[in-house]
Amino acid sequence: MLTLRDFLVRGLLAGLLAGAAAFVVGYVVGEPPVAAAIALEEADGGHTHDTGEAHEEEDAEDAGTEVSRDLQSTLGLATGMLVLGTAMGGLAGIVTGLAVGRFGRASLRGTALAVAGAGFVTLYAVPFLIYPPNPPAVGDGNTIGYRTALYFAMLAISVLGAALAVSIGRNLSAKLGGWYAALAGVGIYLVVVLVALGVMPRYDEVPAEFPASLLYEFRLASVLTQVVLWGVIGVVLAELTHRLASARTPAKTPVASSTR
Amino acid sequence: MSHSTTAPGVLVELPKLSLRESWPWVLFAVLIALLAVYFVGAEQGATSVFAGNAVHEWVHDARHLLGFPCH
Repeated sequence: MLTLRDFLVRGLLAGLLAGAAAFVVGYVVGEPPVAAAIALEEADGGHTHDTGEAHEEEDAEDAGTEVSRDLQSTLGLATGMLVLGTAMGGLAGIVTGLAVGRFGRASLRGTALAVAGAGFVTLYAVPFLIYPPNPPAVGDGNTIGYRTALYFAMLAISVLGAALAVSIGRNLSAKLGGWYAALAGVGIYLVVVLVALGVMPRYDEVPAEFPASLLYEFRLASVLTQVVLWGVIGVVLAELTHRLASARTPAKTPVASSTR
Repeated sequence: MSHSTTAPGVLVELPKLSLRESWPWVLFAVLIALLAVYFVGAEQGATSVFAGNAVHEWVHDARHLLGFPCH
């Protein structure tokens, strides 16, 4: 019998490991395109921000650059990944704990993987479809407020759509059975997402001269980082909770071991 | 440990956790997660809780790679 605490603790642990893995991937495949984009930005006369100490004198009016690029790409990157990873892992743990037993005969491991997969899709992949990540040197600093609002609005729509889909899907399962209820739930989520993709404003701030291959390399690195983040959360959470449940089950259900 | 403790096809006991019991923890976890997302994803970009640029710069690369609008 697992408690919510068991799920939260293992989710946090899974998230911490996932953050570490995402840091490694981000550092290895993500930093080269980020560095290349910053180099372009500087060569271009550079606008204001985070180009390291080199620009301190010229950018005196711009709050200054307080963190060197060396720190940003190592400890800074690690901080962001570990904090976000641990937070998402904890959430995934709690959601998995509450989902167990509420979706028919889904196993503990299957539930953990499904929750992590849903996290990847709703919190990253769907917003990516309309507002894909951009490297430094792409994006007009004056529209950051607008773009941030759009991004978080899309995140909110995605999460609410997923919640709606799960809620309706569960209600339908008694009538339709698990399989068709799940299909209906996915269909509802798809409708919400497609409508949002059609309705939400779009923007394109990639400068015409920005290398397409570099943009691709950066976005691919971003996808890889998030795939690793959620993949590790799912697999580790599945493994740890399953082990714990297996360790605690025999005492309660002697029937299980009597077969052999 | 390495073997499953149940025969194939046998449903392991998977109890439902009570929503009534757990909602305060869920609420708290969601709020903490939102705070983490805010500081990694948006602080000193569109809005600032703290003056300056240090938080933005510290998490700059993670913010870009995780997909948040950065600047």
